[in-house]
Amino acid sequence: MNTAITTPSQVAAVSRGAQLRQRLRFRAAALPTLAALVIFAVMLVYGEIAYGRIFQLSTISNLFINNAHLVILAVGLTFVIISGGIDLSVGAIIALSSVAGVMLAGTGMNAVLVILVMILIGSMIGAVSGVLIQFFDVQPFIATLAMMFLARGLASMLSTKPLRLEDESGILVLGAKLKIIDGPKVNDLVITPGVIIALLVVIAAFVILHRTRTGRTVYAIGGSEQSASLMGLPVLRTKLFIYLASGTLAGIAAVVYTSRLGSAQNITGIGWELDAIAAAVIGGTLLTGGFGFVLGSVVGALVLGLMNVLITRDGGIPPEATTIITGGILLIFVLLQRAVISRQRE
Amino acid sequence: MSQANAHLSSGLKELIRRPYFWGVIAIALLLLVNSIKDPTYLAISYNATTGSLVGNIIDILRAAAPIAMISVGMCLVIATAGIDLSVGSVMAVAGAISMEFLASAGTSPAAALGALGLALLLGAALGAVNAVLVSVVGLQPFISTLVLMLAGRGLAKVITGGQNTAASNELFRWLANGYVLGIPVVFVLAVLIVILVGLLVRRSALGLMIEAIGMDPRAARLAGVNRRGLLFAVYIASGTLAAVAGIFATASVMTVDVSNTGYQLEMDAILAVVIGGTSLAGGKFNITGAAIGALLIATLDKTVVFLGVSSSATPAFKAIVIVVLCLLQSERIQALFRSRRSRQPEQRVDAPKEAVAA
Repeated sequence: MNTAITTPSQVAAVSRGAQLRQRLRFRAAALPTLAALVIFAVMLVYGEIAYGRIFQLSTISNLFINNAHLVILAVGLTFVIISGGIDLSVGAIIALSSVAGVMLAGTGMNAVLVILVMILIGSMIGAVSGVLIQFFDVQPFIATLAMMFLARGLASMLSTKPLRLEDESGILVLGAKLKIIDGPKVNDLVITPGVIIALLVVIAAFVILHRTRTGRTVYAIGGSEQSASLMGLPVLRTKLFIYLASGTLAGIAAVVYTSRLGSAQNITGIGWELDAIAAAVIGGTLLTGGFGFVLGSVVGALVLGLMNVLITRDGGIPPEATTIITGGILLIFVLLQRAVISRQRE
Repeated sequence: MSQANAHLSSGLKELIRRPYFWGVIAIALLLLVNSIKDPTYLAISYNATTGSLVGNIIDILRAAAPIAMISVGMCLVIATAGIDLSVGSVMAVAGAISMEFLASAGTSPAAALGALGLALLLGAALGAVNAVLVSVVGLQPFISTLVLMLAGRGLAKVITGGQNTAASNELFRWLANGYVLGIPVVFVLAVLIVILVGLLVRRSALGLMIEAIGMDPRAARLAGVNRRGLLFAVYIASGTLAAVAGIFATASVMTVDVSNTGYQLEMDAILAVVIGGTSLAGGKFNITGAAIGALLIATLDKTVVFLGVSSSATPAFKAIVIVVLCLLQSERIQALFRSRRSRQPEQRVDAPKEAVAA
């Protein structure tokens, strides 16, 4: 009879239980990201024990310097994938943007202007993808595939030979190594402006995705585009922004990569879109959209970078097995995500 | 007289409405461009010593064969609302295993058959791996075939030890370079396989059921469609067809290039399927369209080289084709066409029809 009557303490207990459950559910959803962190740590420890010289300022610095461009790409793709889309053009944008940039720098153009042009090339291609997707109902996969073909083809038309930046070019400043801690011998903590740029990109993306309305709309579109637009969210504007941002970030990644390498070629960046997608997925972003973290993708990119370091250090792993290992790691993470999702559904 | 006209125009309209209509137009345009550059482009001559037809068209047909194989497989996969990114890597694996086998087994016809069987089996097995990941584990097709795309390329390298293995075997070589009645064997085989697959899915309920799971997996399950079995069939078919394409590609040069055989060909296949009017969203497919798409891509590849543009610039031309075709197929542009047409002649055509109905 009086089962219907609930005392305030019971209500509190129920709500506390619900709260706890909700928090647990959130934790479960973040599990893949957590797993990526754990695997990253395990890889670090394993590398230190097996090969040594991993927990070293120089190794860690190089990890960041060599993967700054991948981090930037992965951040861009996080937005796209959370919204339920995909961007296959980022690798080709890097090729086009860096080849064009090095050629322009060769004509004696101002370095700042060259960098601006390089970034704008990325923005333009991203904008075209966005327009195709949003206004002409082309599927993201096909639209960005077309842009990938276009950018790669244009880069090949510009030049098929490796081009070098001149030694005194201003662009190289972004790749200059700055010592922060002067360790013994070559064991220094170094950083390049490229790494700082990547860091700024990560911070900006984190704020936009997790702290602004635009970010919320990105998640909403990924959850259900129809619902998002029925709720009156600015779906059109946000989707254009997402692809524009992804293209622009690819342009920035091209600047960072070119400044580090000092050269460019039309075959640069083949398959990097897949690396970036893999980084996002390893970091816990769901390919179906609606879920993911910026910082997770950063960890994902670092896991891939560290894996390359370990494979090089080992020396015993044949280089042809590298892609098998990448595939395997990707599979493990996706299976983990799958397990978590099915647990959630129950 | 006017009735005959109306009949003709309705027939034309029917043709235009075919999803692969624009693909055919594009092929014709490309051939026209080539003919303008060199009026003898379309000429086909007979080479009596080898008993073969020789000409640019024949080259295009030969180049289209492997693309057509993976496109047909891809078409079926896409119809289930999936995607198979691993076909290019499966091509490399199939080529690698057949070349390795031939390098050790020798030049007998039996060795060629053994290599064929081995390659097809491995292709089917890799397709089955995709099927397990997609239908049993429940992963998204994009990611599970991406895994195999990465791992498959590595597997091909492991099989050959990182080398580009070469072998010699007359029968195997004949598959890609021989002629039947003057027509390249690869093209004949490709046409036969396309027809076989087409008949298999369209003359039975198979095609309908594949479309059903692509449209709405829940409704299909409630209707008693065996989703898991069909997914297995589709991905295994795609893997096997990719192996056939790999055999075609390696047999023509009798060498497997583990890093380049089939490289990025999955993109070409997807493109061919889309050109053929199959929606990436799944739920419907068009085998003829996919084959025409493959033909268009082969024509485009050859045209770019023929016009003297660096072959590494080919992707830019593909991009233009995709964008134009996608725009032509998009609602917005079609609505534009429709409104312009309905403003003038359509009304005149409609008026007598209404009179007849009344």
